[in-house]
Amino acid sequence: MSYLPNTDAERGKMLAAIGVSSIKDLFVHIPQAVQDAADFSGLTDSLDDLTLQRKLIAMSSNAADLNSNACFLGAGIYDHYIPPVVGSVCNRSEFYTAYTPYQPEVSQGVLQSIYEFQSLITRLTGMDVANASMYDGATALAEAVIMSCDLTKRRSVVLPANLHPSLRSVVETYLDPLGISIRTAVQNQETGATEIDTLTENDACIVLQQPNFHGVIEDLGAAVAAAKAVGAQTVVSVDPMSLGILETPGSLGVDIVVGEGQGLGCFPAFGGPLLGLFACKKEYIRRIPGRIVGGSVDTSGRRAYTMTLRTREQDIRRDTATSNICTNQALFALAATVYLSVMGKQGFKDASTLCVQKSHYLAAKLAAAGVAQRFSGPFFKEFVITCPAPVVDINKALLEKKIIGGLPLHGAPNEMLVCVTEQRTKEELDSFVDVLASFVKGEVA
Amino acid sequence: MSTEPTIFEKSRNGRVGVQMPTCDVPVVDIQDLLPGVALRTSLPLPELTEGDVMRHFLRISQKNYCVDKGFYPLGSCTMKYNPKINDVAVQMPGFARVHPFQPEETVQGTLQVLFDMQNWLSAILGMDAVSLQPAAGAHGELLGLMLIRAYHVSRGDTHRNLVLVPTAAHGTNPASAARCGYKTVPINTDERGLTCIDDLKRQIAACGDNLAGMMLTNPNTVGLFEEEICLICDLVHAAGGQMYCDGANMNALVGTARPGDMGFDVMHVNLHKTFSVPHGGGGPGSGPVGIKAHLAPFLPVPVVVKDDEGVYRLNYDLPQTIGKVGPYYGAYLAVVRAWAYIAHFGKQNIHMISEDAVLNANYLRVELGKTIDIAYDRICMHEAVFSLKNLKAQTGIKALEVAKRIIDYGYHPPTMYFPLIVPECLMIEPTETESLETINDFIQAMEKIVAECFTDPETVKSAPHTAPVGRIDEATAARNLDLSWPLEA
Repeated sequence: MSYLPNTDAERGKMLAAIGVSSIKDLFVHIPQAVQDAADFSGLTDSLDDLTLQRKLIAMSSNAADLNSNACFLGAGIYDHYIPPVVGSVCNRSEFYTAYTPYQPEVSQGVLQSIYEFQSLITRLTGMDVANASMYDGATALAEAVIMSCDLTKRRSVVLPANLHPSLRSVVETYLDPLGISIRTAVQNQETGATEIDTLTENDACIVLQQPNFHGVIEDLGAAVAAAKAVGAQTVVSVDPMSLGILETPGSLGVDIVVGEGQGLGCFPAFGGPLLGLFACKKEYIRRIPGRIVGGSVDTSGRRAYTMTLRTREQDIRRDTATSNICTNQALFALAATVYLSVMGKQGFKDASTLCVQKSHYLAAKLAAAGVAQRFSGPFFKEFVITCPAPVVDINKALLEKKIIGGLPLHGAPNEMLVCVTEQRTKEELDSFVDVLASFVKGEVA
Repeated sequence: MSTEPTIFEKSRNGRVGVQMPTCDVPVVDIQDLLPGVALRTSLPLPELTEGDVMRHFLRISQKNYCVDKGFYPLGSCTMKYNPKINDVAVQMPGFARVHPFQPEETVQGTLQVLFDMQNWLSAILGMDAVSLQPAAGAHGELLGLMLIRAYHVSRGDTHRNLVLVPTAAHGTNPASAARCGYKTVPINTDERGLTCIDDLKRQIAACGDNLAGMMLTNPNTVGLFEEEICLICDLVHAAGGQMYCDGANMNALVGTARPGDMGFDVMHVNLHKTFSVPHGGGGPGSGPVGIKAHLAPFLPVPVVVKDDEGVYRLNYDLPQTIGKVGPYYGAYLAVVRAWAYIAHFGKQNIHMISEDAVLNANYLRVELGKTIDIAYDRICMHEAVFSLKNLKAQTGIKALEVAKRIIDYGYHPPTMYFPLIVPECLMIEPTETESLETINDFIQAMEKIVAECFTDPETVKSAPHTAPVGRIDEATAARNLDLSWPLEA
């Protein structure tokens, strides 16, 4: 076995030192019936190193990947450009084979990268503080909603009708055992934005997704005002890519900002692992879930970093911790840190602006070809179109042109959520329009 | 080692790290495209070249200890070697460059990995089904408890709200129980280091009809196999409770014994410990959950199935599902890595993982036990627990100080002060991927440190001396919070 250093001779030496005659003697505490029941015949045959690599290549090749196909799918996972230096840094053993930085003296690299990550997220969102990251944007939202209930001592929350269905499902699943009730703010069927008029003094918070699931940019200022009027908080799940141009949630008065950070330098990777962002106003800092890194000094007065505010966490506080989370996505937080550093002020703004320009170009060309937008509200990089045929049929035709079409919306077979990132070229956008236009003209059965 | 400035201090106005393309569609004024939308007036991101960025992160990387550099004797953390074929695999486009909402027909190879892993983990754990959705161990605990809750609620047992948790358990256990709306009832550990059966019986009786279940790590958190595990499961089941196995210590059992055969109903396993997924400096992890058939109706959606024509599909049709604990299908790339690790060993050799892990730990227990005190003097599983209580009484030196001194000998410190029931605790887990000479060298280093405690205690107390930084003032860090680099005025 390629990873096991013990030779049979060494095993014999070690058994003699222990004072037993066989390895089986080390498992005597496991009941014999349990040992006899163990059946591993369901596993594959052992693969040598060459066969293993060949098999992995074969499986990977049995998929239509985004290197060979132009992707118009979004809905939470995005095909944004990843500068090569992100991989060069994240593939360094010193980062990816390191443990959680509980021993700060030998973990300054991880700790400084997380400190810089927190700094970048506060700058991007306009919030006071950010944590070291969460599993993903969905669980980050669930944690934010629970934190809001703890802070306000209220047991009801308002979710928008146009929240990403996977986010909604995760929040519902998290809240169910805690007895927190959910009400839904309706969607304006013309603009696609959320109607904010349903808050009461029982509500801990209103949640908005920015842009919302259908791509429409929400009026965060209006939500903040409505929430404040009843002593509630505003929680926003933001697409960080949109913050290259949109006003920050912080300056609009939002209390807690979460989001999915995958677009910041992480592969789509079939939806995982992901990068949950979590930022809030500083007065809530002692109720934040997850790890936080702070700056300090060492015994000789040198600048140094360490995990801090540890008394909120599960290993110390146990059943009264602010959350059960015992992970951050350190390696992906590093990817986002490198991404934002190398894209920088100009590159990140350019990427964000290209999303707006190109998505609007596509929407206008589609409209001219007879494919209308479903909603009239302003959008960032995603929008819903009403197709001339079922979306699954259109996507089959698109795939023949090496295009992965948009998301068919649940319960509306002709509606497609289309996403255009900075990676899409004019040629790809025009091909997309051509295929849709052929359906409009009835050229496709 | 010199202090590396923050990325913000290295920024210079006007530098560019990525040359973005000129817009190839007609450009329209953004305000015209987004009428009435508030736009930001400043974007305070740093400005550096690609070279500046690479050099900065390479410099700080060199301040980390890591598995590829040396031995991590971290008990409970299973810091084994991370095979490099896994790194190659997660770069492959059919795994890394696919979108979770692509049509099933376009991701058959991608789905095969998930399908195989549902089956392989079921076989390894002795369970009937597996959900790959949880992103970490604690996330798996939460899902497992939610499944237990859904099961009780489906039977009308809505009053069951108490979970038994040993006092020696990981902190995530009671924290996860709280997140599931459960109250925890502590169970004592006896002088053998095992669950106190008398206390367990007392607490089960006291819980009465409100018992939801028990969370138990096996091997437990002092590295010992709970030899009365079948009795424990029977007692909890007889009282109407479900048995949850915290699979943090699964490395001791892989290929040898299966929690499902011991009577556990549900468990999680950490792909980042047991199945060679790197720890990444604190994540991402992956915490799949295995269950017995009676909990299958409540699994989160979707699960991967193979239809009659051999096509992999995502099945969302579980009417009693608890919903979702993650947005898509779990930590996919971690699952790819674990697939490769399991396939390398296969059914013929999978037993060698637990056998060498347990052999290495027992060798270390016996040999290091000649120098420092073993907490429980019996055969251990994959990790050995020591107590420096006597050393502290003789020299005044604490486990923390010994642990920091280990850094100067070129190792990461062991786990310290966990579990809380062992005074001045050091917990050491060598894993199956460490060699005899590495373990011997480590033992020699420990012998030298113990000698230093008597001959040169100040050197031990002020350690580490060779790390990039010395001991850090954590109290000041918590009092004067500095959590982000200030914006330039």
